[in-house]
Amino acid sequence: MATLKPSPRIRYLFAVNPTAVLRLGLWGVLSIALMTVDHRYQGLNDVRDILATAIYPFHYLVRLPADAGNWLSENLASRDALLAENAQLREKQVFLNVQLQKLTVLEAENRRLRSLLESAVNTPERVLIAELLAVDFDPYRHHILLNRGRRHGVYAGQPVLDQHGVIGQIIQADPLTATAILITDPNHALPIQINRTGVRTLAQGTGNFQELELPHIPNNEDVKIGDLLITSGMGGRFPRGYPVGTVTKVEFDPGSPFAHIVAKPVAQLDRIREVMLLEGELPAVKPEPGSAVAAVQMP
Amino acid sequence: MTTAYPTGRWVIVVSFLIGFLLAGIPLPKELSQFRPDWVAMVLIYWCMALPNRIGIGVGWGVGLLLDIGRGALLGQHALALAVVAYLTLQTYRRIRVAPLWQQAFSVLVFLLVEQILIFWISGVVGYPPHDWWYLAPAVGGMVLWPLLFVILRDARRYFQVS
Repeated sequence: MATLKPSPRIRYLFAVNPTAVLRLGLWGVLSIALMTVDHRYQGLNDVRDILATAIYPFHYLVRLPADAGNWLSENLASRDALLAENAQLREKQVFLNVQLQKLTVLEAENRRLRSLLESAVNTPERVLIAELLAVDFDPYRHHILLNRGRRHGVYAGQPVLDQHGVIGQIIQADPLTATAILITDPNHALPIQINRTGVRTLAQGTGNFQELELPHIPNNEDVKIGDLLITSGMGGRFPRGYPVGTVTKVEFDPGSPFAHIVAKPVAQLDRIREVMLLEGELPAVKPEPGSAVAAVQMP
Repeated sequence: MTTAYPTGRWVIVVSFLIGFLLAGIPLPKELSQFRPDWVAMVLIYWCMALPNRIGIGVGWGVGLLLDIGRGALLGQHALALAVVAYLTLQTYRRIRVAPLWQQAFSVLVFLLVEQILIFWISGVVGYPPHDWWYLAPAVGGMVLWPLLFVILRDARRYFQVS
């Protein structure tokens, strides 16, 4: 009763497994080696390719409940709701058609003026529609997975847009899927221009879907809230003139050489479903393997 | 090895598969912040229930699959889950006898270690987390642990996995 010697049972409870330490060490070293190779060198891209293709059906399986829900709600929608939506869409189509007429005239005029100036004519770009595979990624990396891959002509560095504006660019094209980095990813910077004044700068991602930062704009520059940002065509990745965002905050701090300017992307980055991949006439920039932002060199 | 443990390998495989599915299914943003790491929880359960069979190697392999599925750095989740398996293997004798709600606290600690490892590695390669929400999945895991434990225990008994 008064003995202090622990019973064998208690000792069993606190037993440690010495080989487990060794095994953890081995697997730990292996994973650190793997991470280093994956991060520094691009030798594992082929392995990733094969594995990504192998788990492709799985992504579809994950999407299945959401897809089934959409299918059900579409099929069970009441006749009235469908009629209302139909009317609304027709109205919108008329509105868009009117705008399109204006655009055709403007485009013709633009082409004529350009030919007068003997400058290069913008060739129309072809567009590939891709759908988002509804898989949640690491929430701190703004990457999305698309259902089009190398087999459909997707390539790394391809610009990605939605109906409102620029979303991001492809960083990895697997055979059947592709990963795109969004413009709000903290590791992404996009060469832009302020539409009103023509000032060129970069739009850097912040990790927040609603914010882009515009560094390197001097304090005495003319920037106003509501200014539209468009792609500048610098860097050779994005064609010129696509809307990127609008300025939402301008702070001039006399103590610092640059103004603090924040913009909101025009594309709704946190609710993307369908995107467009531009198949442009862009010069084939060979991307530094793996790093999407390599084409967008910081000044 | 197969001859020594003949029963119920598929139950374990299916449970991990369901874990992967639950980890990927789209959820509203408010919920998805608390979405627990199901795969890690399934791993903790099997390490606790069958420590001779499921261990660090399995954790590593499952983690690698998670890396591929999430497009993360290869080896990131693998390392984190190997550590989780190690922690469970060293403490399962004590945890197994505790009541469910006390187990949940141990699970919270394991999941916190896992999250911190994953985000530490993310930080090293240039994706530092910008707020404390990244620890929320561990809390979600703690809350849902009793449910997962009961389901997996019943499945294990029903299919006589040993």
